[in-house]
Amino acid sequence: MEAALITVTDKGLYCPQADFHIDPWQPVARAVITHAHGDHARSGSEQYFAAGEGAGVLRHRLGRDLPLQTLAYGEVFRIGPAVLSLHPAGHVLGSAQVRIEIDGRTWVVTGDYKRTPDPTCAPFTPVRCDVLISEATFALPCYSWPDTRDVVEEIYRWWQANREQGIASVLFAYAFGKAQRVLAELLAFSDEPVYGHGAVLPLVEEYRRAGISMLPTLPVEKTKKADYAGALIIAPPSAAGSTWMRRFGDASTGFCSGWMRIRGARRRRGYDRGFVLSDHADWPGLLQTIADSGARKVLLTHGYSDALVRYLREQGVDADALRTAYGEEE
Amino acid sequence: MRAFSELYEQLDSTTSINAKLAALVRYFRAAPAHDAAWAIYFLSGRRLKRVVGSATLRQWLLQESGLPEWLLEETYSTVGDLAETIALLVERDGARSPSGLSLSEWLERLLTLPAMSPAEQQLHVVQWWKELDARGCFLLNKILTGELRVGVSAGMVERALAEVTSLPRTVIAHRLMGTWQPGPKFWAFINAPAEASGDRSRPYPFCLAAPLEARPETLGAVSDWLIEWKWDGIRAQVLRRDDGTWIWSRGEELITDRFPEVVRRAAALPVNTVIDGEILAWRDGVRPFGELQQRIGRKKLTAKILEETPVQLLAYDLLELDGVDLRDRPISERRELLEQLSSRSSAGFDLSPLVVADDWDALRELRAGSRERFVEGMMLKHRDSAYGTGRQRGVWWKWKIEPYTFDGVLVYAQPGSGRRANMLTDYTFAVHDGAKLVPVAKAYSGLNDKEIARVDRWIRQNTVERFGPVRSVKPELVFEIAFEAINESGRHKSGVAVRFPRIARWREDKPAAEANTIEDLRGLLRVEPAASDAR
Repeated sequence: MEAALITVTDKGLYCPQADFHIDPWQPVARAVITHAHGDHARSGSEQYFAAGEGAGVLRHRLGRDLPLQTLAYGEVFRIGPAVLSLHPAGHVLGSAQVRIEIDGRTWVVTGDYKRTPDPTCAPFTPVRCDVLISEATFALPCYSWPDTRDVVEEIYRWWQANREQGIASVLFAYAFGKAQRVLAELLAFSDEPVYGHGAVLPLVEEYRRAGISMLPTLPVEKTKKADYAGALIIAPPSAAGSTWMRRFGDASTGFCSGWMRIRGARRRRGYDRGFVLSDHADWPGLLQTIADSGARKVLLTHGYSDALVRYLREQGVDADALRTAYGEEE
Repeated sequence: MRAFSELYEQLDSTTSINAKLAALVRYFRAAPAHDAAWAIYFLSGRRLKRVVGSATLRQWLLQESGLPEWLLEETYSTVGDLAETIALLVERDGARSPSGLSLSEWLERLLTLPAMSPAEQQLHVVQWWKELDARGCFLLNKILTGELRVGVSAGMVERALAEVTSLPRTVIAHRLMGTWQPGPKFWAFINAPAEASGDRSRPYPFCLAAPLEARPETLGAVSDWLIEWKWDGIRAQVLRRDDGTWIWSRGEELITDRFPEVVRRAAALPVNTVIDGEILAWRDGVRPFGELQQRIGRKKLTAKILEETPVQLLAYDLLELDGVDLRDRPISERRELLEQLSSRSSAGFDLSPLVVADDWDALRELRAGSRERFVEGMMLKHRDSAYGTGRQRGVWWKWKIEPYTFDGVLVYAQPGSGRRANMLTDYTFAVHDGAKLVPVAKAYSGLNDKEIARVDRWIRQNTVERFGPVRSVKPELVFEIAFEAINESGRHKSGVAVRFPRIARWREDKPAAEANTIEDLRGLLRVEPAASDAR
């Protein structure tokens, strides 16, 4: 059997031939980072490699003086015997798939990715490989995403309906990635300012610095209560049910996530509205990516990886699950 | 379907009563008569008899989706609802221009299904799945399987219709009672002036009591209250009209045919009398509910059953006498009229006796003997109270006896549905039987969301085996289970059947070894004579 180019160690995905990790969850010597979400980018490593577009957010999260080497998408670089390159994953600003080639064999680690268009990041590009390591967060057929434009229109209509009733609309979205995507997509409907939670705004600034256009934003902290009637506020899900919410009075709440595809999930979380907007690949997107890669072996991490493994095997694809410590928050 | 599915979405996506009310009013103001009638039909909790079974729908979905069966099952158990699973999995061609048919036109369509062959049914339904948008497809399936539930109370529908029609809510409530054909005629009847009399065979809205949680002393003097036993039978309204007798259950089901002996006796009542009371299995006194249940369970009422399990109506209220609506009179007056009626035509029915005592302590003592009398406790009705519509706090109380409890060990779990889809919330509990654990009850309510999440996580980490959606778990967690009654049962492995089991609390302080035994449960059977004794 050929030696694996990527294995799972207690520190994360590891390339033994070239001694580097991808998205390690403990400090290591060389860390290749697919994107800056907390469960993929952790501090303490000696040297970091990441896509140039994501440098701003990565430094924002891990420190200004991060020992970071940035790379353009498609740019080839070497670590030991390995030839590496980063390719757009379409997940969030600066997200990348990692292509690793050693002795003519090619492996690709997708990191988190999606195939739906997103104005805040470079679109996913399929990369051919021998072995594909893909995420499987939403690997069930019930997860297929509606048209983004329709969902964003729904968000806009919800906001306007609340405004007519004189109440605030609090939209919960992941502070990094989803929040900015919503602010950018809403440009098609509005030019009004949106209020942002303290966890959201600094990342909005990083996105603006990277040249992404979004609706104007205002901080929540410095506003009088009366101004919130009819306003849209973007906040991280952790703010739901907290005392921070009191200032908005009688507000309608919504949540942007792929999990909102299921009615029961929305009702259980107690939001008034659920908007199906995901930064991960849906079931058709996962199958498309696996087909596009031409891989002879597929390894799957997190989410419903067991279901996808079984399905692929039944379709004659050599597939296996890979146990990792990445989260399923969205 | 568009307008109705939008209404459904609005009702589903808010917990605000005012927002729900506003959505209902908006809908009824705009809806064509035929649609409005069907909407009332579904909103008031009525359901079509199942047109197509869910097993059949699942089979059609399997063929239509082309997915392996196990994957469909896994998806279904994640979604937790078949109608929604179909809506999510079917690829539709018309998603951008959904069918323009209205709610009533859709019903007309799907009511043609029963006359078709299974193959034709499949052809049509699968076509409809594709024709509707996701929400419409979901609703269609819910209607087909007779499972459409909407998150509004009867009271809210009454309030909305009262606002739309400018009629008193009590008039609306009465008009919504009983069975009716959803159509333009019914909508016209809902909108008719208040004086217009409708179908005289319809029951009045039932007046309901609220559970008494405070000490009865807080209610003031005992003498202000009319006190009855809380019977454990079938609450029913008996309407005697010139052209016959009608018996309605509290669930607004017409049950006249099930109780010929009550009908026979009611013939002795003066025309235009309406009585509220309880139907009970009866032989030299009241018999346990289990016996009545056995009789209800039979499809056909044979002479043998009628002889084995006779029933009796015990009347406790008089709503109409000689055509006069008495509901606004105080119950003390209605009770007097009821007693007079009883002595005037004793052949018509029996009286539910009043419980008389000097003080609350004396009542407490009487109440302690409830189980021996096969009653659930007492009803406390304020002497001045009218016969209201719906649940009455403050004037009508049910003062129930404490439930039985036992400590059971969690042995199986499976995902719930609806709001609890994808969470393991349906539990099976067992008690010790020598060295084994024997399952005795299934329960799902009674934990808060936090506890549900913790138990869910624990189950996932401590699953021993999986059988489809069901998981067996390490027998470690102990819960206190409350229940109302216990009977011997040949159908249960444990030999006993408990009634209305629910989780009272999570006993995190108790190890599994200290849970109750089957002998403990059997010990309770002595107080609760088995239904089989009567046979």
